Amino acid sequence: MDRRPEGFRRGISRRIVATALSALLISAAFFQQARPQDKTRNVGTNADLLTLPGEIGNRGGRLVVSLRAEPKTLNPLIANDAPSRQVIGAMQADLIHINRATQMTEPALAKSWTVSKDGLQYTLKLREGVQFSDGHPLDADDVVFSFHLYLDEKVAAPQRDLLIVGGKPLAVKKVDPHTVTFELAKPYGAAERLFDGLAILPKHLLEQPYKEGKLDQAWSLGTPGNQISGAGPFRLKEYVAGQRLVLERNPYYWKVDGEANRLPYLDELDYLFVPSADAEVIRFQAGETDLIGISRVAADNFAALSRQVGGHKMIDAGPGLEYNFLFFNLNELGAKASPEIVRKQKWFADVRFRQAVSLAVDRQAIVRLVYQGRGAPLWGPVTPADRRWLNSSLPQPARSIDKARELLRSAGFSWKTQSGAEQLIDSRGAPVEFSVITSASNAERLKMTTLIQDDLKQLGMLVQVVPLEFRSLLDRVMQTKEYDACVLGVANYDADPNADMNVWLSNGGSHFWNMGETKPATPWEAEIDRLLEQQLASRTAEERKRIYDRVQQIINDNEPLIFLASPDILVGAKNSVGNFHPAVLEPYVLWNVEQIYLRTGAQSARQ
Amino acid sequence: MKITNQNRRKVYAWLIVLVGLHLVIACAGFFAPYDPTLQNRERPYAPPMRVHWFDATGHIHARPFVYSQQLRAGSFDEYEEDKSSALPMSFFVSGSPYKLLGVIPLHTHLFGAGETQVFLLGSDGYGRDLFSRMLFGGQISLLAGLMAASLALCTGLLIGALAGFFGGWTDEILMRVAELFLALPWLYLLFAVRAFLPLSVSPLQAFLMVALLIGAVGWARPARLIRGVVLSAKERDYVPAARGFGASDFYLLRRHILPSTWSVILTQAALLIPQYVLAEVTLSFLGLGVPEPTPSWGNLLASLQQYSVLTSYWWMYLPGLAMVPFFLGYLALASALQTSAEGSKI
Repeated sequence: MDRRPEGFRRGISRRIVATALSALLISAAFFQQARPQDKTRNVGTNADLLTLPGEIGNRGGRLVVSLRAEPKTLNPLIANDAPSRQVIGAMQADLIHINRATQMTEPALAKSWTVSKDGLQYTLKLREGVQFSDGHPLDADDVVFSFHLYLDEKVAAPQRDLLIVGGKPLAVKKVDPHTVTFELAKPYGAAERLFDGLAILPKHLLEQPYKEGKLDQAWSLGTPGNQISGAGPFRLKEYVAGQRLVLERNPYYWKVDGEANRLPYLDELDYLFVPSADAEVIRFQAGETDLIGISRVAADNFAALSRQVGGHKMIDAGPGLEYNFLFFNLNELGAKASPEIVRKQKWFADVRFRQAVSLAVDRQAIVRLVYQGRGAPLWGPVTPADRRWLNSSLPQPARSIDKARELLRSAGFSWKTQSGAEQLIDSRGAPVEFSVITSASNAERLKMTTLIQDDLKQLGMLVQVVPLEFRSLLDRVMQTKEYDACVLGVANYDADPNADMNVWLSNGGSHFWNMGETKPATPWEAEIDRLLEQQLASRTAEERKRIYDRVQQIINDNEPLIFLASPDILVGAKNSVGNFHPAVLEPYVLWNVEQIYLRTGAQSARQ
Repeated sequence: MKITNQNRRKVYAWLIVLVGLHLVIACAGFFAPYDPTLQNRERPYAPPMRVHWFDATGHIHARPFVYSQQLRAGSFDEYEEDKSSALPMSFFVSGSPYKLLGVIPLHTHLFGAGETQVFLLGSDGYGRDLFSRMLFGGQISLLAGLMAASLALCTGLLIGALAGFFGGWTDEILMRVAELFLALPWLYLLFAVRAFLPLSVSPLQAFLMVALLIGAVGWARPARLIRGVVLSAKERDYVPAARGFGASDFYLLRRHILPSTWSVILTQAALLIPQYVLAEVTLSFLGLGVPEPTPSWGNLLASLQQYSVLTSYWWMYLPGLAMVPFFLGYLALASALQTSAEGSKI
């Protein structure tokens, strides 16, 4: 049975609803661990190398990790699934990168950047002497070419939506071989974060297929290694369908450690394809993989692995950015809609009904029973992991069945006793009965839904839990809108409100409870739209924070989503893995893959 | 004749055993201490509690007692027995209301231990009493098996009797259809059919659906057997004799032919019921049977699909053992029935 806890994640695109796979890796490159001192060094070449602080490791060795599904492509322009992004992340590099540990932006292929006074023009200085993994030099032409591809409508790259600011695409210009400017139509708060994950692609390899219109067939898994290149720490060595993908060290990589040794340390990075989370655990236990947690380990498996004394350590990296929530169908349904749902929507549309449901949900029990205490209860979309943006003044009312009943009574509901059980009825005497759909393959969310079912029974609501295959669930929520309520989760790729905009903007691609609004359906949704636009244009972080606090308050007042809980990021590694510093931003364990090394026998014995 | 008598006794003995077992399940509300959906969120995955007669100092108690379980501080599922607090068990206690046999409203339970819940077989991930769930789960699984078996037998009897009695093209067509059903991989067929039906169904609808499906797929084997018996029965001399006296087809079937199929039907029933209970268990195990929180033997075992449950909580296997006495009873009954049927022919 497939039990992979797939998540609902949004990546670079605002429209794209991600796959049914858990560890959707959004970023395309993994880098520094602490703020790097960007002192330029020359190691035999004239390259501007980036020196990373941190423990000095051993060269050589092979790191084996597991993926819960095969990647579909190695082409960043079409990759949309978690495993593909994961692998591409180790093969490609971006201009400005978000450090997964500090959550701040850092220089990558661009060694520095300046912003014009009006906030509309960004000038990036590229690192000189950088080469792709096939030895071909990387310069401003490759940058301009890459952004041209991302923005070309015919290419339809998932990254395209993100690069349209104020209704206009970003304008990219080459100034000299190592300087590029980006022009925005409107000021955009934290615009440098946009560059994270946008791989700089080799013009010499992709121009031909682009001109022939065959870009979507380029860089499939079957492509020979010498026809794919990137500026990431690893390059393709071998792909065995159904079994594994092997990457080898990129000898031209542009980072060095504190002793001027070229990174990465590892010779090889092997991805094994395993069918399920349980299979992943068994492989790790058997010592066949060195790391676990490319997709977060579930709490029960984490506990089982922690109980075992052996050559591995398990780490709770703390709360992540994933938030799980319950929401009701508030879509404006046309004439063809099922009258059953339309009838129930009268209850759902009343904010007091939603508040009563929220008050009745036992979030502490969810954290304890679903995450074995390794998680945090939630009352808003910003998780405790995101300290900078969390509005800590939001009320966190304790569970109260009495208050919930009072709210329901004030909204015209009442109770009657039928065959020994108390039943909630609406003002017209109809029993309150609805179903909650959730993903059948996500054991955690299924358990949450079963707990909620029991919580709401205490309000006299009759709730049916309906596990659905993930794709048909998304189809119901996004397309057909045939559902009463749904439990879902979102895992953001960045700790910044901009990453979450497509949920909250009334025309956003993940505005789950009411999809495809042409204009805001309620005054408070209009208010959120206005505030989000405003924070985009504001230039100071304090201003943005103040506005986003207000957004969180409005969401809290209206409860379009009833927030449940957020899981900790749980990972593990063999003791022999050095520089293992998991982060709560994806990719959790391989974000600093170029610094990860394997200890020798004696070194790991000392650990 | 001697063999037959001995066998008859065997048949009755097993019948009594089975009736007893079924009564326990039918009166699950009385034997189970708690509502099967009651969640004790403070005590998930609590191991089975031991029933003691002697306390730590070696004193014997008049009533059996249990020690209360304490969650070890900071842990999720590690419990310690609190030896200082012995909770005496009481019998015929008042508790959650239920309906005996689905009609008589009662709230007396066989046993309890005051406020603290006694988990005889431990609790599941929601802190629900596994013992109560096992008893109530049996109601669903056994009833589904019984209903499916009677459906399959009735259909089988009708079709088998028609095919055997009338012969000719009726026989040809009906038997070819039966062979088609026999050749179908029934488990996959059940999957396919279940997948076509709406997913959002109440537990009752889901239960009826499962029973109907299993029964509808399983009629072919009894039909073939009954046809065989009917074929041989209609060649017996008394059948043409009765026909010679002007008996109608219906009369012949009712009076002379169907009675001879009786022992085959009984044996088949004893074989099919456990088989169909198992089919329900399989479907529910795979998430296609009755939905949570309603228990059935299959969905009680479903949590074992998780590796961590499989390795950490041995008591979650216990519902699997509940089936054993039932299956043993049915199979022993079937074998006794068969021997006595053969004996009576001699």
